[in-house]
Amino acid sequence: MDNALDACEEAGALPDLFIGIRKVSDEVYRITVEDNGPGIVPAQVPFVFGKLLYGSRFHQVRQSRGQQGIGISAAVLYAQLTTGLPTVVISRTDPKEKAHRFELAIHVESNEPHIVSKKEIEWDRTHGTRVEIELRTSLTAKKRLVEYLKYTSVVNPHARIQVDIDGDKMTFERVSAEPIACPQAIQPHPHGIELGALKRMAEASPAPLSEFLVSSFSRVGKKAAADIGAAAGLEPGRKVKALSAEELKQLHAAFQSVDVPAPPAAQCLSPIGEELIRQGLDKEFQLDFVKARTRPPSVYGGHPFVVEAAIGYGGRLPSDDRALILRFANRVPLMYQPGACAITQSVSDVNWKQYGITQQGLPMGPLLILVHVASTNVPFTSESKDAVAAIPEISKEIDLVLKDLGRELKQFLSRRDRRKAQDDRARAICSIIPEIAVKVAEIVEKPPLDVSPIEGKIMRRVVAKKWTADGMVHLSLRNYTEKEVTLTLYDLSPDEGTGVKPKPAYTDRAGDDFTRVWQVTLPPDEGWDATYRGRGGGRIDLRGVEDSQKVVVDLDV
Amino acid sequence: MSKQELDTRAAKSLLAIADTWYQQMKGGEIPYITLPTRTKQNIAFDDQTEVWKYGDRESMRSASTEKSAVHLLKMAYVIGFIRQQLREDRSSTLRELYYITEGWRRAKFETQDESNYLVEDLEILADIPREGFHLRPEEDGAGVFGPLRIRESTRRGDRVLHCRDDVGESGYQIPNNLETVELMDHSAKFVVAIETGGMYARLIENGFDEDYHAILVHLKGQPARSTRRLLHRLNEQFHLPVVVFTDGDPWSYRIYASVAYGAIKSAHMSELLATPEAKFLGVQPTDIRVYNLPSDKLTEKDVEALKAELTDPRFATEYWKREINLQLEMQLKSEQQAFAARGLDFVTKEYLPTRLADMGVL
Repeated sequence: MDNALDACEEAGALPDLFIGIRKVSDEVYRITVEDNGPGIVPAQVPFVFGKLLYGSRFHQVRQSRGQQGIGISAAVLYAQLTTGLPTVVISRTDPKEKAHRFELAIHVESNEPHIVSKKEIEWDRTHGTRVEIELRTSLTAKKRLVEYLKYTSVVNPHARIQVDIDGDKMTFERVSAEPIACPQAIQPHPHGIELGALKRMAEASPAPLSEFLVSSFSRVGKKAAADIGAAAGLEPGRKVKALSAEELKQLHAAFQSVDVPAPPAAQCLSPIGEELIRQGLDKEFQLDFVKARTRPPSVYGGHPFVVEAAIGYGGRLPSDDRALILRFANRVPLMYQPGACAITQSVSDVNWKQYGITQQGLPMGPLLILVHVASTNVPFTSESKDAVAAIPEISKEIDLVLKDLGRELKQFLSRRDRRKAQDDRARAICSIIPEIAVKVAEIVEKPPLDVSPIEGKIMRRVVAKKWTADGMVHLSLRNYTEKEVTLTLYDLSPDEGTGVKPKPAYTDRAGDDFTRVWQVTLPPDEGWDATYRGRGGGRIDLRGVEDSQKVVVDLDV
Repeated sequence: MSKQELDTRAAKSLLAIADTWYQQMKGGEIPYITLPTRTKQNIAFDDQTEVWKYGDRESMRSASTEKSAVHLLKMAYVIGFIRQQLREDRSSTLRELYYITEGWRRAKFETQDESNYLVEDLEILADIPREGFHLRPEEDGAGVFGPLRIRESTRRGDRVLHCRDDVGESGYQIPNNLETVELMDHSAKFVVAIETGGMYARLIENGFDEDYHAILVHLKGQPARSTRRLLHRLNEQFHLPVVVFTDGDPWSYRIYASVAYGAIKSAHMSELLATPEAKFLGVQPTDIRVYNLPSDKLTEKDVEALKAELTDPRFATEYWKREINLQLEMQLKSEQQAFAARGLDFVTKEYLPTRLADMGVL
């Protein structure tokens, strides 16, 4: 799968993968991986799949996934050892070409490919590769497998992954139509190169030492080359091809002692990016809050790296559990040994309490933390490549990005709490006060109360009231909103409106009914009152403000 | 105040509370109540009445949050319930009230503390003791023994009882609602309030009440409201001196203080419950020294409590300063029963007569 995604990336295609797992007999499963990548030319196929450690990208200095798996040829060998069956590979490089079908095994003694059969076939894909491996295994770790696929999909939102696990079908949809820009290889940096790689480069170079250093390494100029040569005690004119093993060792040691500017990171790294991480998480988890951050690239021991992270909160995440921590290295999920990993360590080193999250070592609650470390050479704690090693430069970057996101989370939580308080108020007003009103009216044996004006006051509305007391009709307007409002108040009643104060803008008579109209401009929190002699009745109406923003009540009714 | 008067006043006051809310809501206001803040910080000594009352600090509880709104709703339900109870002339215990709320859905109480607290709030708001609501506490009242005649109006008719001649050796049991008891007459010269049951029984057995014309009141530790109310009334109605006889430790001094000045939880009723004229009899730290009483060492908490009392305005007299400092110096405390070390009659024949004479009571 990693190979498939890498292949698509190199070809600039949007990955469309199929993963199939089918039970063949009791303990034997057929695993199928199919991609729409560029395909592999027929001459290369036997070597890619039938020769251990053939890796095409072994010495390239750029971010790639293929650092994690056991290698496709090892899978072929494993199948061969457990079931005795060859691996089937179908590949097609171009619509104009035919597809080729291989049955491949490995000569164990010589580590050379063994082509069991090879033929041209018709295939419905115009380009891509399909691998079928039958091996002895079990599906006990199915849950882990699904998690792995889900997490892979989170950090590869440009990929569409169809899965069929022994009849259990699922699709991880693509949410981004942007193919990932393929990271470009850069020359090795003297601080980051291993002695073995240096030996291979030296053997292949016809150049003298100083030229070799300047032309084959990243950021090494004439001055640095001279410094390195001097530190190693080697003449700048020496042919590197002719250097002895001992001299190469001295040269390698000299690399570390000389200051060389950090390698360029931007082109050889391909962070997922904040927007795509957010989309990826939104796609696979229902969350109330997601925020992602990509740090600027940085360097450790000559290796460029970049850290990005995301925090998700709420939704369907379990609220009384530890936070879900998703760890990734070069876009590949890390599933095992969380306790040994620098990512887990950095997460528990952050003081989450200051961001409103409870913490028992790890943060607790409906929380998801995603951390992605991308590098030309991700440092792992062991060969199994399950846990990122705690390199100070990397831990510091993780710490910074988590704190940054913690602050965002805190802001979200306090906004949410404020909203809760408002809801709490609304519940009190809309549901409990009416109940109080019923009970109180019952106790005092008086007519039921209309509590809608209270609602308006609390729900921040404009409230218009009309009531009659001692032969006077009262009209009142209160603006409980935050904005100035210009209102038109209509008062329709049988009262003539004797002694009305203030004077209406307009009065009309229709039969026995009078209509009085006032125009009132009310700043926030201000009120307006009018009175006239009368017996009340009729109705009032308010215009100039949305229905959701007003409450109109006649207290006599 | 007669029972009828109290009932009428209670009904009126409760109705007034409900009506206030009715008017508030009718006027478009969120219903609210205003209560004195019921914390230690808001207890002040009232120089005029010489009792501890709530101070000026008030807190407003408005139904503008769910919690407060539910509180008011519960209050409304309780008022409705009490009104009904008064109409039917029934009564219930605080515990029963707690269970009755079971069927009130949202107005249901979570704990009994909650319902107790709310009833106290209502007492303050209505200015009516809970007896007026026909609510009584669970625990039975303590006893009184001596030359006192009372009339208790019970559900089965009036009973006139002499608290020595008509009762057993444990005395007359003080009812929870003392408003049903009329104090008729007496032939006593003073009242002794006693902390422990052991000492109360000792004084009865030794005939102290007859020999010295004393009314004996058992406090049963921190006294219930009705016990304090009885002491208050004996002092107010008959002008009898009241002396308080407790153990000789800081906690017992506080029992005396609540008899004399009032308690935080019932500071709204201090005027009815406290007896400012009550005097502390003993056991005094001086007594421990003078009579060489068997004693225990003060614990850390005892010392802390004594030091707190030194800064407590209720103990800010020369007498208390001297005694407390003496106790801190001795680092000792003694129980009432410690007098038994000098014989069972020592307390009634020697200690009390001497001490009461010193105090000017005898």
